[in-house]
Amino acid sequence: MTDRALVVVRAGALTTVQDLGRPGHAHLGVPRSGALDAPAAALMNRLVGNPPEAAVLETTLNGCDLRPRSAVTVAVGGAPCPVSVDGRPAPWGAPVHVPAGALLSVGTAVSGVRAYVAVSGGVTVEPVLGSRSTDLLSGLGPPPLTAGTVLPLGKPYGLPARVDVVPQPSPPAELVLRVTPGPRDDWFTAAAWRTFTTHTYRVSSASNRIGLRTEGPALERAIGGELPSEGMVLGAVQVPPDGSPVVFLADHPTTGGYPVIAVVHPKDLPTTAQATPGTPVRFVPTCTPRGRGERRNL
Amino acid sequence: MRALPVGDRALLVEVSTDEEAQALHADLLRRRAEGSLSVREIVPAARTVLLDGLEDPSRLAAQLSGTRLPSVPPPVAEVVEIAVRYDGPDLADVAELWGVSPEEVARVHASADFRVAFCGFAPGFGYLTGLPARYGVPRRATPRTTVPAGSVGLAGPYTGVYPRSSPGGWQLIGTTDAVLWDHARVPAALLSPGTPVRFVPVDS
Repeated sequence: MTDRALVVVRAGALTTVQDLGRPGHAHLGVPRSGALDAPAAALMNRLVGNPPEAAVLETTLNGCDLRPRSAVTVAVGGAPCPVSVDGRPAPWGAPVHVPAGALLSVGTAVSGVRAYVAVSGGVTVEPVLGSRSTDLLSGLGPPPLTAGTVLPLGKPYGLPARVDVVPQPSPPAELVLRVTPGPRDDWFTAAAWRTFTTHTYRVSSASNRIGLRTEGPALERAIGGELPSEGMVLGAVQVPPDGSPVVFLADHPTTGGYPVIAVVHPKDLPTTAQATPGTPVRFVPTCTPRGRGERRNL
Repeated sequence: MRALPVGDRALLVEVSTDEEAQALHADLLRRRAEGSLSVREIVPAARTVLLDGLEDPSRLAAQLSGTRLPSVPPPVAEVVEIAVRYDGPDLADVAELWGVSPEEVARVHASADFRVAFCGFAPGFGYLTGLPARYGVPRRATPRTTVPAGSVGLAGPYTGVYPRSSPGGWQLIGTTDAVLWDHARVPAALLSPGTPVRFVPVDS
């Protein structure tokens, strides 16, 4: 019998198991979670013959080292980084055969933040509410990997994709995030909206899977006091009392009490996963906040 | 009611009171169950209900404009009884804020009919309404860095039970052995929006 499992030799700064997440439970306080750079995770799954819902590993900045107990096909993508098998260089962004007992090394990202490691058969830790994703906010799913962790693998689904070239977007030199006005844009002054949409912010090093924090000019409130807690969406741009916008990512809380000035277009969120601290951020409005017709009294 | 757009796929419907929010939430659940509303998430909160994963939020906003807010329906779920030891570290402070004895805090709290207004903060954490308005208390000036799992706390108009150990600023009046969240259980959450709840005092 083959022992289909991966042994974690070096866990790296933060390596978690991720799949498509667990949407549909926000009313119970359960974050959606899931791979931050979902297109990269899906592409790596395709390269090893997995369906899109198979669980992969998401690394942060300095990769991880893994030793499969049986021969597997892996693909590493997302943030560009060196890949090796038993010390010999192997291709990034392509299917790689790793013999049983060999050491797969995913190195430090040359640019970007998060690399995705898909393994044929997928990581098959016990699902929680239909997902194997690690949720850092609420602690659902498997804990972040540590050296010595043994991860079970599923049976291979099919043949790895046969490809010559796999185009992948480069990590962003500048984050351009399209935004629509949020439900609480009227809690901010008109000057704050202008500042928000015309100044350049920078990605803060305090960013994580919960939110992309930014540094830049503070946004001034028109309405003081506290907002009663309300439901939050992925991509909501919440503004805490310090005035610096925070873009909610996959592990965001399901309700929150700070006003949401804008909402980022979902297609622009995967690039936030690869934005290193210091990357310039511009919020580009796709419509104006005041006098828009959709806000209605019922 | 006001409908506020939230990106291209969501709508935040705002009402005036928490009773209205609970009534709207129940009505939206009914619409989804009967098939007239297609949406991924229905998230009730203090004064709002968020609908996320809508095909056409503006069409729903138009539909809602033609309806009247129903009254809060009677609870459909069975009452969940939670056994509490009224031995929390803030019991005396709460008694002082209420102007009663600690024993009276327990009696008042255990005789109220609670309902889960909404969840959040952590999986399984419910914001329970049901205490008369005069028993509202502020959060502690300095939050505790660790509140043990099973702590029963008060903040503003709400009562809540911590599903797991976490930092928190609620006034702690008691403890319970009830398991608020167990992902191996179906359903995982003991409390979900709309669940009626009673606290039953037990000896420390």
